Amino acid sequence: MAPHNNSYPSQHDLPNVLILKLPPSFVIFGEHFFDSAKFRFLKAYESSLPLPQFLLAHAQSVQAILSSGGAPVTADTICLLPNLRLVVTTSQGLNHIDLSECRRRGIAVAGAGTIFSADCADSVVELLIDVLRKVSAANRFVKQGLWSSQGDYPLGSKLGGKRVGIVGLGNIGSEVAKRLEAFGCSISYNSRNKKPSVPYAFYPNVGELAANCDALIICCALTDETYHLINKEVLSALGKDGVIINIARGPIVDEKELVRCLVEGEIRGAGLDVFEHEPDVPHELFALDNVVMSPHNAVFTRESFEDLRKIVVGNLEAFFSNEPLLTAVNLDDQPHFSG
Amino acid sequence: MEQCDYRSQDLPQVLVIKPPPILTFFEDKFISSKFQLLKAWESTLPLDQFLTTYAGSVRAVLSSADSPITADIIRLLPSLQIVVAAGAGINQIDLNECRRLGIAVTNVAGVFSDDGADAAIGLLIDVLRKISAADRYVRNGLWHAKGDYPLGSKLGGKRVGIVGLGGFGLAVAKRLEAFGCIVLYNSRKQKPFVPYPFYTNVYELAIDSDALIICCALNAETRHMINRKVMLALGKQGIIINIARGAIINEKEMVECLVKGEIGGAGLDVLENEPNVPEELFELDNVVLSPHRVVFTPEGFMAACELVVGNLEAFFSDKPLLSSVMDE
Repeated sequence: MAPHNNSYPSQHDLPNVLILKLPPSFVIFGEHFFDSAKFRFLKAYESSLPLPQFLLAHAQSVQAILSSGGAPVTADTICLLPNLRLVVTTSQGLNHIDLSECRRRGIAVAGAGTIFSADCADSVVELLIDVLRKVSAANRFVKQGLWSSQGDYPLGSKLGGKRVGIVGLGNIGSEVAKRLEAFGCSISYNSRNKKPSVPYAFYPNVGELAANCDALIICCALTDETYHLINKEVLSALGKDGVIINIARGPIVDEKELVRCLVEGEIRGAGLDVFEHEPDVPHELFALDNVVMSPHNAVFTRESFEDLRKIVVGNLEAFFSNEPLLTAVNLDDQPHFSG
Repeated sequence: MEQCDYRSQDLPQVLVIKPPPILTFFEDKFISSKFQLLKAWESTLPLDQFLTTYAGSVRAVLSSADSPITADIIRLLPSLQIVVAAGAGINQIDLNECRRLGIAVTNVAGVFSDDGADAAIGLLIDVLRKISAADRYVRNGLWHAKGDYPLGSKLGGKRVGIVGLGGFGLAVAKRLEAFGCIVLYNSRKQKPFVPYPFYTNVYELAIDSDALIICCALNAETRHMINRKVMLALGKQGIIINIARGAIINEKEMVECLVKGEIGGAGLDVLENEPNVPEELFELDNVVLSPHRVVFTPEGFMAACELVVGNLEAFFSDKPLLSSVMDE
């Protein structure tokens, strides 16, 4: 019989980490992406049992869940897992997790931290340049052979000197501000609280921010307060020359109203990475040259996924070794999203 | 029979052979008490006949990418004393001939740098992060049908080599730093007080770079400077952005490299034979094209108009020119 190494627990002794639905990382990189010698995955999506039954069957053994944006952790789920002490999510956003219930039960939550902020901010800047300077539209124009037949494409609009209003000056918002300052933009913001040592003008509400900027950039979390925050009044305040960029969450914007404003020319344009009912995108947008869209992939770079892998595995390994989590979320500070 | 009366006022004339874009978009900015425009393109006469008939006493001429001032044209303008470039480049002007005849040349240095740099960064991020390709994907309903779009590549930490650290190059560098890129450069001469590593030639720069951004002037030294050897040095993940002049890149070799996957992608505002675009580029998702308009914003154009008119008015008032280039 082969010698047995007693230093490492066998597969059966490894603690379980529950995964409810296939995470995007597995789709792209395969199902061993988050493998570790310290835990194993319990994949609910591979079972033929309906979820509640699956949870009941494994209730006692589950101490941790690995969640992603498309796999919400609801109060109902939490209820069925009496030993749950940790939720790790692959996203920077937390709106898909019932944070109140986690706080109540003393369940820790660990997110992606700030690893995605740079890529997100890069996407924001790109969407803004694209809309203002018509990069994608001009690319289409040339590739359709129209440069030789129709001549020059219309002028774009200068980025420098534009007033940029950031909704939510968290980590992503700050990275956006830093980049746009290098382009000569002036920055103002609205946030839950005014930030003390920040050089940008603060507006106490989004409507006033919109009225005083040329480009409104949505960088905040989706919560009960921010659901449909960008509504008819805000879009009207933004005005005919205004641009909106959303890389946060689709439901922060009243999409029906946004589409109407774009179709009727009541705002200049939009750059959108997120939508209310992904992957469904309002068809009216497909015909508009002043809209640039991406399929919720503002953070999808090879490098970011490698950073994510380290954070997810690091958090889970720390948890099972009774060490501090790498990117614990302060639940006392988090507003709720009822979904 | 010629209908126009070119001597309706006593104002000295500024010859315009073909209207530069800034004139096309903002003609009212060119109304001046110091000069009037002599619009050669409105005449049915062939150019040399027009010049011989009407331009004998013309002292000033506008020039832009589409409106070169060659030795032949200069020969037909015996009174010419100044060439005013109305676009970013001056490679279309026979500078040697101008120098020989003591003809002043002015450009629009500086006013286009910010807009050009913004667009260069726009092209770079687009290619790295596949933004235009993703937009097309969503627009064609593929997100629903096929799911997520392929991964892009992170901008931060990339080594970006700037070819030509003049006004455009410096503006590009400043922006790249805000994204956490490492800026390297090659220029005719090393620039003092600049914090970026200098490379004596483009080949060495390409070896060490993840992307090259072409910001230099087109002249005898830089023509086809970016060739297959440089592109292979840049490598399979490497990206080329050109906002300068098409002829700085050996286009035939670039197209081959792109088609064969020997470089990672390209963002091109300029081509060798505009507006003709090599057909192979139409199908490549890793190529983003722009119809020679990186400096085309109303704000940039208005600033350029002011500078061009400013130079002309200074010339006709015997005052110092605002942006003369003849000392270079």
